[in-house]
Amino acid sequence: MWRYAIPAVILLVLGGFFLRGLNLNPGYIESALIGKPAPAFSLPNLETPSELVSTSDLAGQYSLLNVWATWCVECRREHGFLLDLEASGVPIYGLNWKDERPAALEWLEVLGDPYIASAVDYSGDIGIDYGVYGAPETFLIGPDLTILQKHLGPLSPAIWASKFAPLIEAVPGQH
Amino acid sequence: MIPEIGQFALVLAVCLSICQAVFPLAGAATGRNDWMMLARSAATGQFVFVAIAYVVLTYAFLNDDFSVLFVANHSNSQLPVAYKFAAVWGGHEGSLLLWSLMLALWTLAVAHGSRSQPLEFSSRVLGVLGIVSAGVLLFTLLTSNPFDRLLPGAIDGADLNPLLQDPAMVAHPPMLYVGYVGLAVPFAFAVAALLTGKLDKNWARWTRPWTIGAWIFLTGGIALGSWWAYYELGWGGWWFWDPVENASFMPWLMATALIHSLAVTERRGIFKSWTVLLAIAAFSLSLLGTFLVRSGVLISVHAFASDPTRGLFILMLLLVISGGALVLYAFRAGNLESEGGFKLVSRESFLLANNILLVVATIAVLFGTLYPLFLDAMGLGQISVGPPYFNMIFLLPMLPLALLLGLGMHSAWQKMVPGALFSRLRWIGIATLVVAIAYPLVSFGSTSVLTIIGLAAGIWVTLSSLIEPISRWFNSRAVRLTRAQWGMFIAHLGVGMFIVGATVTSAFNIESEEAVRSGERWEVAGYEIEFRGLSQVEGPNFMADEGEFELRRDGEFVATLRPQQRQYLVQTNPMTEAAIDDRWYRHIFVALGDPLGDGAWSVRVQYKPMISFIWWGCIVMALGGLLAATDQRYREPVKQRKERKSPGNAAVAQGST
Repeated sequence: MWRYAIPAVILLVLGGFFLRGLNLNPGYIESALIGKPAPAFSLPNLETPSELVSTSDLAGQYSLLNVWATWCVECRREHGFLLDLEASGVPIYGLNWKDERPAALEWLEVLGDPYIASAVDYSGDIGIDYGVYGAPETFLIGPDLTILQKHLGPLSPAIWASKFAPLIEAVPGQH
Repeated sequence: MIPEIGQFALVLAVCLSICQAVFPLAGAATGRNDWMMLARSAATGQFVFVAIAYVVLTYAFLNDDFSVLFVANHSNSQLPVAYKFAAVWGGHEGSLLLWSLMLALWTLAVAHGSRSQPLEFSSRVLGVLGIVSAGVLLFTLLTSNPFDRLLPGAIDGADLNPLLQDPAMVAHPPMLYVGYVGLAVPFAFAVAALLTGKLDKNWARWTRPWTIGAWIFLTGGIALGSWWAYYELGWGGWWFWDPVENASFMPWLMATALIHSLAVTERRGIFKSWTVLLAIAAFSLSLLGTFLVRSGVLISVHAFASDPTRGLFILMLLLVISGGALVLYAFRAGNLESEGGFKLVSRESFLLANNILLVVATIAVLFGTLYPLFLDAMGLGQISVGPPYFNMIFLLPMLPLALLLGLGMHSAWQKMVPGALFSRLRWIGIATLVVAIAYPLVSFGSTSVLTIIGLAAGIWVTLSSLIEPISRWFNSRAVRLTRAQWGMFIAHLGVGMFIVGATVTSAFNIESEEAVRSGERWEVAGYEIEFRGLSQVEGPNFMADEGEFELRRDGEFVATLRPQQRQYLVQTNPMTEAAIDDRWYRHIFVALGDPLGDGAWSVRVQYKPMISFIWWGCIVMALGGLLAATDQRYREPVKQRKERKSPGNAAVAQGST
């Protein structure tokens, strides 16, 4: 009876996906976007939705684009360090990703706001352009709007020192 | 020299596991008794050598042998001794060795607990377990050898991940692995039944205690993991739908379905091919979980160092073991005939509904977990699926399940008069509604539709689990409940407690995050909290800022809480140690955040009503499982059982009305 063969077929299909998945290491995107121009966006500002945050705001300086969400545990972990970075003069833009506005505003109010501005991407469309797999992710974007570095997971002083700081050409006020 | 002994023991264990796989299966196929008899000795020998390898690795940890790469990567001379034992499973290679050890232990238990079963059957079971052992041991030896050397040796080790340096984390992985791996036993029973072509009530009776045993450990392991996440991640959440959590939760759902379907097969001789399929699926999902965690196809907080060769090896293992079983199933399942039918309103129907709903929930979780991978594989970009999807998609099948659970427990096998069921349960139904509506209004002064539904589900399950044991308590003439029935009621009581806890916590959790200085006071959920100051504390391998907080209610002292922010000396990432004032009806959870400068600290305080019911519910569930698994009828040989007409084993409903 053919119906008893259905489970075996399902496993085979799953197996095919997994085999494909093994070749697509999620970290792959990390290198694919590096060196490419940052995908353009123009999104509402979290705090004042009538204004827009767009890629052109980032031009002319080394800046970080940090993908965050209030449901993200690891974002809390890195938040303190983001505040330190901001204090030391690193411009940080936020991409508030797949979140809810009231929760996000409360988060910034309570934990502190390290961002110059947070762009709102609740549908996740821009996240797809940036290959965002999950929050937190952080991009280092150069003055010419090239993506110089991408980090999956929370930032820490060690990661900053090894992956980010060396890429930033001596700019006053930045490490 | 000593680590090489471990490696050699591992090689011998592989050889023995291959013997354990080949000879008994070939012997059973050709009717050679001497080959079949080999199974038990091979299983014992395999256990001995895996145990030697494990002890050798532990010895390397205790002696700070940093010329062993795995030890150098996961330990440090300053690591407290208890955590050196735990560090053995603190990384991929060692945890795989633990996996093998658990499997060898289950195999040993099966080998010696299956003497009353026909030789042909028990040797097939051990043969199948031998295949699984051989696969996992080869995987360890070929791709993830824990005894690999680092020459010259390191001066000191890189230390165990601080997140894992915690008592709950010491117990969580072994417990979870015992459960994961234990599902190999019902899997082997199912494959052996397919090979033999015979699946009767005895088969279900043999399989059931093993399945419940594995399920108990899985329940405990998942609960411990959730408890750990709750207080160690410093966030106060207890379930995150992280891919790795899902990987342990899916086998649990399947094992739960399997236990219920086995009950039907054992009592009534039906649902046979379905039961076999569930047994195969439960273990396949364990293997799938292992694949997801260790291959790096999904990103998770738990992910082990990923390596494509390892991923490929486990994938092949999954395809050979589960694929082989499913192909066998495709050819043989049609031969498993049912021995009877049942009416629409009967315990069988309710258990069938239970199975369908649990399987639907598993598929929903599986789909959510793999969805990012599917899209990625089809070139549609990368996404992640968040808790909102899982919460909704998981609750949809769970609510009807809770309703049917109460009905099913009080139904008779084969046929139940709907009117009788109604008259038995109507008072419980009314009481449920009254409490579900009144309790949140009285205790918290507000409510919502979802809260009422969730509470009603939990209270309904709780009350319908309690009513039977209580009414028998007061009726001295009633037939006593068997241990299995006690197990059923208690396990379901645990489910009810869990639902109540999860609902109330989610609905009435109060969270506050403040920037405070020493001496400041503020109020959360009617409690007054005072920040009394900060001190430096030194642990064996960490430094910590420890805050002192005094908790008062209506001016009266409640507790002093001391949360810490730790900085481990070797791996320098900061760790939050929350402090919890733990009462059965609520937790006050205080976590120290980051220093904000000028002596101000961010402090997170959470009031979590009824949250302990979540874990107590799991403990009660596991306790129910323990009672059910140790029922009289699983402990006596087949012959005696036939002579004894099982008393009081009829459906509860028939016995007491």
